[in-house]
Amino acid sequence: MMALLRRDLALALRSGGGFGLSLAFFLIVVVFVPFGVGPDTGVLARIAPGVLWIAALLSCLLSLDRIFQLDWEDGSLDALALAPLPLEGVVAMKALAHWLTTGLPLTVIAPLLGVLLNLPGAAAPWIFLSLLVGTPALSLLGAFGAALTVGIRRGGLLLSLLVMPLYIPTLIFGALTASRAGDGLDFFTPFALLGGVTLLAAALIPFAAAAAIRINLR
Amino acid sequence: MSIWEYANPVRFMRLSDRVLPWLAALSAILMLVALVWGFFFTPDDYRQGSTVKIIFIHVPSAMIAINAWVMMLIASLIWLVRRHHVSALAAKAAAPVGAVMTMIALVTGAVWGEPMWGTWWAWDPRLTSFLILFLFYLGYIALWAAIDNPDTAADLTSVLAIVGSVFAVLSRYAALIWNQGLHQGASLSMDRAEHVADVFYYPLVTAIIAFILLFVTLVILRTRTEIRARRLRALLAREARE
Amino acid sequence: MNAIELAPYRDAAPLEVRDLACRRGERLILEGVSFTVSPGRALILRAPNGAGKTTLLRAIARLTPPVRGTVSLSPERMTWFGHADGVKAQLTVAENLRFWAAVHGMQDITPALEAFRLADLADRPAAYLSAGQRRRLGLARLLVARRPVWLLDEPTVSLDAATVATFAGVVGAHLAAGGLALIATHIPLGLAEEDVLDVTPFRARESAEHAHDPFLDAGFATARDGREEVSR
Repeated sequence: MMALLRRDLALALRSGGGFGLSLAFFLIVVVFVPFGVGPDTGVLARIAPGVLWIAALLSCLLSLDRIFQLDWEDGSLDALALAPLPLEGVVAMKALAHWLTTGLPLTVIAPLLGVLLNLPGAAAPWIFLSLLVGTPALSLLGAFGAALTVGIRRGGLLLSLLVMPLYIPTLIFGALTASRAGDGLDFFTPFALLGGVTLLAAALIPFAAAAAIRINLR
Repeated sequence: MSIWEYANPVRFMRLSDRVLPWLAALSAILMLVALVWGFFFTPDDYRQGSTVKIIFIHVPSAMIAINAWVMMLIASLIWLVRRHHVSALAAKAAAPVGAVMTMIALVTGAVWGEPMWGTWWAWDPRLTSFLILFLFYLGYIALWAAIDNPDTAADLTSVLAIVGSVFAVLSRYAALIWNQGLHQGASLSMDRAEHVADVFYYPLVTAIIAFILLFVTLVILRTRTEIRARRLRALLAREARE
Repeated sequence: MNAIELAPYRDAAPLEVRDLACRRGERLILEGVSFTVSPGRALILRAPNGAGKTTLLRAIARLTPPVRGTVSLSPERMTWFGHADGVKAQLTVAENLRFWAAVHGMQDITPALEAFRLADLADRPAAYLSAGQRRRLGLARLLVARRPVWLLDEPTVSLDAATVATFAGVVGAHLAAGGLALIATHIPLGLAEEDVLDVTPFRARESAEHAHDPFLDAGFATARDGREEVSR
């Protein structure tokens, strides 16, 4: 299992573009927002938590198709299916590798980009924490979508269409946590639910995604 | 004879061939009765005026929109467990019908919302939930369309229906917490005191039955089309081999 | 060709395939496939392309669950090697191999590197390998998996004669250690311990195909619905 994680991390780092690309995309989306809605700092401060969450979510989508596609094309997935690792474990490790190279860097950089959007100081730590707790669900659900579409050539767009509705609870609870924290309101309920969604995804998705891979390997 | 026998495509074709005209006629008649009764023989609401009469389309289509998804989920589970082809094809056939019903519920809701709330659209939890449901339908239909092998497509869409159901329910509660809304309470309820007045109640129930029959008719019709398409595919493949 | 030796496999057992029926996509391709391969033997599958060699191998590995029939050994004792070699261009030769060794709970990759004449290339990124070297690296995975049953689908594609001989030597060593192999190939490996099975006679009969696919059911023609066929 650790060998798989190490390999996937090495592949993501060496193939150039792995996490650098999603970070750059994240930056661009955040920079675009003031161009779109105007430089009014009051408006930006109000929408900053939501914008950061949406931008993180979109950046996450970019690299999803790589989770299984390359292993599928070069036959590694066939060999892995016969290997002593359970396929559910393979899914979990690949989702973890995706999170470490995408979700985690986005989480770390988000409070910094918040400065560009005049993010309220009180919200900054909660943007960080809500992304930290919420982005693993994005990688897991993304792995599920990737497993469903692995046999489809040019399935990237379909993958986004399938995955985005699944992202709704995470987006709602995540953005709500950060914005309520910024307004000085109680944010425990959405934050706890955000964690709940991530735990549910962690419990459910490896099995569903492994089932989808087995179906696709037939 | 067990009910599973009808999961055989041939038996299903035979039975549905006989039943379909009656179902279609019955749903047409009932729909006509319900809508004429609802539109022309009910009084105006003391607050909402004649706009209230849109409930005879809005409420039934919304109910079908949700229940079509439930039906797809059940049909998908039957396919996964028992491998009955008709079940998988019925789930495929129901999806566009459910999507259109969701669309109708959303559009009639907007038409009703404009005079009542003064806006076509509000990010009310119920409206939001239906929009989300619509997105789930789109994804499901797109996945069916993208996969060439029909058995693989049936398997994968079934898995998607299961996971999607979990997250659709989650989204519904997320939307509730996210924004408490404008939408009135349920129009129908087990508790007689809560639901709409009797003059609206009976035509509404008729309309709901009519919509259910319409849904069943459309799903059977579309399932028959899907079975024929599969048959054509199998025959062409056989011819190519000879 | 330098002779290599492999440690004997524990609890060697024959691979018995009984009455196997397998499908590719919706179609039933093969039926009634029965054979036994004893430890130390290799079975060469021969048939024209599209006859179902790959289908049969995937069914034995349970990657595609068989429609009917039994396979005596569980997939946990098998390794698969197909058209695609599973080599990652961004990793070095040693890293590629070490990954598969770790997945299978093995440590030492040196014998595998040496058996396929890759020791000198160990630290070279796989992106810089020639097609033949790359293929050898893919095949070296078989040795680090340490599984007694090898399922090989066209393993000699893009190998030159010398490498085919190397590969035949490795397969020979695998057999000598009590392993067994099923090989779909057009190129004779010249193994002493090989038997040949022609897959063609197991092609599914039309009646079996019809029984398998409910949409080919003859009942359609007699159903009131089946007008299109009555008129034909």
